[in-house]
Amino acid sequence: MGEIKLPEGFVTYPEARKKAFLTLKKMKEEGRRIVGVFCTYTPWELIDAADAAAVVLCGIGDENMPAAEKRLPKNLCPLIKASYGGAVADRCPFFYFSDMVLGETTCDGKKKMYELMSELKHTHVMQLPPGQFGRGALEFWKASVESLKDDLEQFYGITITNDRLREAIHLRNRERKAILDFYEIGCLKPSPISGYELNTVITSNEYAFDINKKIEALEQRIRELKDLYEREYKGKKSRPRILITGCPTHGVINKVIKRIEELGADVVGFENCCGPREKKDPIDETIDPITAIAEKYLRVNCSVMSPNPGRFKALGEQIHDYQADGVIEVLLQACHTFAVESDSVRRFVTEEKGIPYLSITTDYSTTDQGQIDTRIGAFIELLS
Amino acid sequence: MTHYIGIDIGSTCAKTVVMDENRNILYCLLQPTGWSSVDTAESINAQLSELGITPGNSVSVATGYGRVSVPFANKCVTEITCHGKGACFIHGMNSLTVIDIGGQDTKLIAVENGMVKDFVMNDKCSAGTGRFLEVMANTLAVRPDELCELASHGGNTSISSMCTVFAESEIISLIGRGEQKENIAYAVIDSIAKKVASQASRLQYASSAICLTGGLCGFSYLRSSLSSLLGAPVLAGQNGRYAGAIGAALCAAAVGK
Ligand code: SF4
Ligand code: SF4
Repeated sequence: MGEIKLPEGFVTYPEARKKAFLTLKKMKEEGRRIVGVFCTYTPWELIDAADAAAVVLCGIGDENMPAAEKRLPKNLCPLIKASYGGAVADRCPFFYFSDMVLGETTCDGKKKMYELMSELKHTHVMQLPPGQFGRGALEFWKASVESLKDDLEQFYGITITNDRLREAIHLRNRERKAILDFYEIGCLKPSPISGYELNTVITSNEYAFDINKKIEALEQRIRELKDLYEREYKGKKSRPRILITGCPTHGVINKVIKRIEELGADVVGFENCCGPREKKDPIDETIDPITAIAEKYLRVNCSVMSPNPGRFKALGEQIHDYQADGVIEVLLQACHTFAVESDSVRRFVTEEKGIPYLSITTDYSTTDQGQIDTRIGAFIELLS
Repeated sequence: MTHYIGIDIGSTCAKTVVMDENRNILYCLLQPTGWSSVDTAESINAQLSELGITPGNSVSVATGYGRVSVPFANKCVTEITCHGKGACFIHGMNSLTVIDIGGQDTKLIAVENGMVKDFVMNDKCSAGTGRFLEVMANTLAVRPDELCELASHGGNTSISSMCTVFAESEIISLIGRGEQKENIAYAVIDSIAKKVASQASRLQYASSAICLTGGLCGFSYLRSSLSSLLGAPVLAGQNGRYAGAIGAALCAAAVGK
């Protein structure tokens, strides 16, 4: 079984969360504003421009499920249950430190969960249109962006200026570029970085609140890895290369992502919310900032949008750029939008792109590890 | 002479196959897995050394749920690959759709030119697996093979094929209603076959040559019920329940070279 090579001083995702908790506590004591967020549709630039820190509230682990299931159905996406469970059981420090929560009407489970969450804390739910292309979709969404701005201003008693917004957009665009460059290390064959490390660094980075420092650290690591590739990897044989797609994977990093690599393949890229999905598409810095923000975020390719052609285009590009040998789709239990879309994804990958596809449906428990290992193991054997 | 050993530690039974250098099957050993796959592996090791087969003169590959608990194995290979290879060997074919109904899970494997091209496995629920059949047989107070035999005389009854727990209570209410045992047995087999057929519909590259491996391959009514749903004969070969172990032994031969 393969050992994953990790750099010295590597910090796991749970460790990063623990560290973030201390940073956040300090920030809170210093009077910093903190907004809890969930999703890729969240316009971080507005939060930045309100001089607030955005902290990701997506739950991991299954210890808060019983608390969640007091009010939510058992058969619901584990991400939704873990997020609500942590909040309601008062065991999510990030929720605890957040002044307010920001959600969007993405999938049905999440938007109804926000209604319950709003009983606990001020929760602003942005109204997303159900599709990107319908007439009036952009105007509708732009109004949601404006009303978020109004709510932030009112809630904090501040004014968000266009200049501040432009600054925030510029900084986040630089961050996008750095994150994208980091992901694209995975295009190298053989990849000098474990997908487990890649995924961990990016998701942990959500808890790095100094963006300039984060960009610097990423640029540094990119230089190191390119160097490492030239010295030790170039020209060597590659293990089977896997591209991940589907639901967000930060809650299954250990049971799926890490296992794929331990069982003999390299996870080289992510076509999901833990990947470059949104990073490839910067915000237009030349037009009115609110319009630019609205346009950009409406372009996010998520299965909650109907139809969702952009995802297939992005998937095709990534299969090519990352030189993928196979695609593994991770579906979280009871996520209908991704589950329904998965049949089209399977056809696209196997018929149009001509490479093997595997889908794994799982949750945040550890009871199905044996079955998952068998599936992943057999898939890798089929690629080898 | 080097022996090639395949050890398939499943959730209910452990199967061991020993092959010679010309891929002739020398021994087939079968035993219940019991509580601990580590103990099972040890007992297999003891049986093998009684036959004069030691790690010194053999190469072994472990597969099945307990594959990681076989310390003396040279390699672990998943049961999907092994069943695919084993079934091809048994049937002397290169392209085949393999249905393996195991204790815990049911797998459908598409093999093309001797290579696994796609596979489908049941999710967490045990509906449509050997375990499901066992639970239902227990409820009806018969053996699984008797249940299958009874089913061939029944008809016109159905139960949910989604969930073992629900299905069990459905059976209990059918018994309560005084439904004939044959008809209930029919409903059980029918629900397994339907579940398998629905999994089969998701399999890509499926070949029209279909075979059944695993512990249920001798159940002829189950096979005919599957055949009519899948629209093609479902073959069963000699040693079908050893398919996984045979595939593992073939992998061992590949490792040995
Ligand atoms: S998968 Fe869709 S709904 Fe979930 S976080 Fe990503 S963009 Fe939001
Ligand atoms: S994974 Fe699916 S069900 Fe879960 S929150 Fe995201 S879109 Fe909703």
